Amino acid sequence: MAPVVLNKKRGKNWQKPPLEKKQRKNDPFVEKRSKTEEISDDSDSDIENEEVKDPQEFEDEGEESGSDTGSELPSDGDDPLADDFLRGSDDEEKGPDSDAGSDSDSDSDSDVSDIEKKSRAIDEERAREKEEALEEMQLNIREESDEFRLPTKEEIEEEKQQPPDLPNLQRRIKEIVRVLSNFKDLSQKGTSRKEYVQQLKLDLGSYYGYNEFLIGALVEMFPPVELMELIESFEKPRPICLRTNTLKTRRRDLADVLINRGVNLDPLSKWSKVGLVVYDSQVPIGATPEYMAGFYMLQSASSFLPVMALAPQEKERVIDMAAAPGGKTTYIAALMKNTGLIYANEMKASRLKSLTANLHRMGVTNTIVCNYDGNELPKVLGLNTVDRVLLDAPCSGTGVISKDESVKTSKSLEDIQKCSYLQKQLILAAIDMVDANSKSGGYIVYSTCSIMVTENEAVIDHALKKRDVKLVPCGLDFGRQGFVRFREHRFHPSLEKTRRFYPHVHNMDGFFVAKLKKMSNSKKTSAGPQPSETVEQQTPESNVSNGDKKTEENSEQVLMKKATTKAKDLKKKTSGLAENGNVESPSNEKRRKKRKFPSREEISKVREEKRKTLREKVSSKKAGSKDIGNEK
Amino acid sequence: MRPLDEAETTAVFEKLFKFTGNNLKNIVENPSHEGPDPNPGRYCFRLHKNRVYYVSESLVKRATNIARPKLVSLGTCIGKFTHGGKFHLTIQALSLVAANARHKVWIKPTSEMSFLYGNHVLKGGLGRITDSIAPGDGVVVYSMSDVPLGFGVAAKSMQDCRKLDPNGIVVLHQSDIGEYLRMEDEL
Repeated sequence: MAPVVLNKKRGKNWQKPPLEKKQRKNDPFVEKRSKTEEISDDSDSDIENEEVKDPQEFEDEGEESGSDTGSELPSDGDDPLADDFLRGSDDEEKGPDSDAGSDSDSDSDSDVSDIEKKSRAIDEERAREKEEALEEMQLNIREESDEFRLPTKEEIEEEKQQPPDLPNLQRRIKEIVRVLSNFKDLSQKGTSRKEYVQQLKLDLGSYYGYNEFLIGALVEMFPPVELMELIESFEKPRPICLRTNTLKTRRRDLADVLINRGVNLDPLSKWSKVGLVVYDSQVPIGATPEYMAGFYMLQSASSFLPVMALAPQEKERVIDMAAAPGGKTTYIAALMKNTGLIYANEMKASRLKSLTANLHRMGVTNTIVCNYDGNELPKVLGLNTVDRVLLDAPCSGTGVISKDESVKTSKSLEDIQKCSYLQKQLILAAIDMVDANSKSGGYIVYSTCSIMVTENEAVIDHALKKRDVKLVPCGLDFGRQGFVRFREHRFHPSLEKTRRFYPHVHNMDGFFVAKLKKMSNSKKTSAGPQPSETVEQQTPESNVSNGDKKTEENSEQVLMKKATTKAKDLKKKTSGLAENGNVESPSNEKRRKKRKFPSREEISKVREEKRKTLREKVSSKKAGSKDIGNEK
Repeated sequence: MRPLDEAETTAVFEKLFKFTGNNLKNIVENPSHEGPDPNPGRYCFRLHKNRVYYVSESLVKRATNIARPKLVSLGTCIGKFTHGGKFHLTIQALSLVAANARHKVWIKPTSEMSFLYGNHVLKGGLGRITDSIAPGDGVVVYSMSDVPLGFGVAAKSMQDCRKLDPNGIVVLHQSDIGEYLRMEDEL
C-alpha cells in the first residue's frame, strides 16, 4: 500500500513539467508514465513478495555493515535484482523511508522503498530523457517556424564544402519565393529584399543548373512565382507538333491516315488550321510513308507564328533570310500555293542539304535557294525589290532551353550582345530589301526563339530609329505584349504591338514576333540639329540619300547631288554626324512628320534655275558666234 | 547555271520518255504559275553543278544575279549527271514523273516498307498493274492509297509477270521516297 502511494505521489510530480510545455505532447508521455507506473507497481508487488522473505535473513548483518558488506551478500545466489534494489535504496533514499514506520516495518518498508527508489530512479531518468527530447523538438520547431531565416555565412561555407543538398535547396527556394511574394509580413527584420533575391539566385542556379548570368536575367524579367513556373516548364519538353502540307493534302485526311497507323493526335489550337499535336505514337512519327511523301512537316508550334504573321499572298516575292531547315519556307510556299517566288537564304553550308531536301520533299517549286550571309543579300538581290521578308534571326536560344539544356550554362553577356549586334544589322538589311511601294506587301516579320529583351525589343527599337518603318499588329492576339519599358530602357510605345510567347503560359517554346511595315524607301538618320543649310538643296536629299543607284535618276536629282555634295562636305565639317554615310539636314526632320517628297514649288524653282543657267550659256554662245559671224 | 546543250538534252529526254512516253510534251509545255508575273510562263531545264533543274522561266531570270558558287537550288531538281556523263533521275523528280506516268504499279501495304528501304518489288507484293508493260519500261510505284512511292524499271513483261513465282522481281528499284531519310546528303 505504502509504496503504491509513494509512487502515485511521484507520478504527480512527474506530470507537472510536461504540462508547462505543449499540451498535446503530454498524452503519450502521460500514457507511458501510467504504463511505467503500472509496471513498477507490478514489479514492486512481485518483488515485495519475494523480498519479504530474504532480507529478514540478512537483516542483522546487512544493517550493521551497510553498503560495504552488502556486496558480499549477493554472491549467495539470491535474486540479483533484489540486491541491486537494496543497495541503491540504501545509498539514496534513506531519509523518507527511515521516517516511516517501526523497525520491522521500516525494514520491510526500506526494502520495499529501496525497490521503489530504484524504480523511481529509472522513471526519473526516462522522464529526463523525454524532457530533453521535447526540448530538442522545440528547438527544431523553432528553427523551421514561420520565421524563415536566411542561412548565415557560416552555413553557406559549410554547404559549399558538402555536395549540394537538393531537398534542402528546394525547401529554401520555396520558402524564399513565399517570403518574396508577401515581403512586408513574412520577411526577417533587417534583411533586405536584395539579400533574399541573391540567395534565391544562388539556389536556383545550383538546383536547376543555370549559370549566374542567365538566372540573373530571368530574375529581372519575372516576379518570383512566375519565375518558378517558367523554370519548371523549361525542365519539361513541349509536345511534338506537325503541320499539314496543304499543297498535297488536307488536315482531316492526314489525321485519318495517321490515326490508322496508330498515332494519337489532336488539332493543335483554334488559331491554326494546319497544325496537329502528337501525344504518342506507335510508329516513328518522322519516318512514316506519309512523312516521306511530303504530307506533313515536323515543326514546333511556335514556328507557325512568324509565317502566320507574315501572311504572304499569291504571286508575291518573298525572302526568307535564315531558312534552314525549311519549315517556315515550306509553310510560306504552301500559303502562296506555289505561285510567286521565294528566295530561301541560308548562311551555313552544312544546313543547306536539309533545306533543299525538305523543299523537294514537300513539293515546293517556286523557290530559289542561295547561300549568302544575310548582310550581303541586299547587294545581291537588290534594294527595294521584294514584297515581304521573313527574318527568323539567329539568337541565343534562351526560349528553347527545354530542347537544349546546354544553353543554361553556355550563354554569357557577351554572347547576347554579339547576337544583338548581328540581329540589328540583319534587320536593317531586311528592311532595305523590301519595296515600300509594293502593291500588296511592304512587310517585314522579325522573330527569335529567345526571351531576352536585348535581342527582341531592343532590336526592333533600333530598326524604328534607323529606318522609316512602323510596327503593325501581328494578328497573333493570344500572345503577351512586348515590353515598352524594361529596367533602364525606354522603347517606342508602339512596341506593345509585338508579341511574346512563353512555355509556362502558352505551352510553346519561348518566342518573340514583330511585324513591321515599311512606310517609304528612305533611310532616316537620328536627330542632329544643324540649322545652317538652305532648304532647297536639302529637301530632295531624301530621294537621293537611299544610296540606290537603280532608282531613276532625274536630271534634277543629278543636279541636286552635285549641289548637295558641297553641302554634305560642309556638314561633315560642322558636325561629325554621319550615321549611314547619308546625312540629312534638320529641315528634313521637320518635314519627317509629313513624309513628303520635295514639294512642287521647290522642284519648279530648281527647274527654273537650271533653265536660267542653260539660257545664259546658250546666249553667251550665240553672242560669241554672232561676234564671230559679224567679224566675218 | 546554263541551259542544257544538245547531248545533255537528249539524255534527259530519253530517260523521261521511258516513264512518260508521249506525255513528255506535257512536261515541256506545262504552263507555270510560279514567279511574280501575272501571266503563266513556261518551264525550262537548266544545268547547275551537274544537276538538272526543272524551273519556271521567271524564276530563272531572277536567279541570274546570284553568283554561281552561292546558288544552291532552283525549282525542282530532277536528276544529275554522273562523272561518266550518264544521266540518272533522282527521287525529287517523282512528282513530275508521277503526274505524267504511263506505266503504274500498285503495291500492297505489307511490301511498302520493303520498297521504301530500297528493295525491289516482288510478285508477292504486287497489288495492281497497268497493262502493256514491256521489259525495260519505266514504271512508277504507288501505294494502295495512290501515294507515289518511287519509280523503277520493269523487269519482265505483263504476261511473264503472271507466270512468275511470288518471289520473282517485277520492278527493279531505282528511286524511292525513303531516300529523303536514308540518303539526304546524297540528293
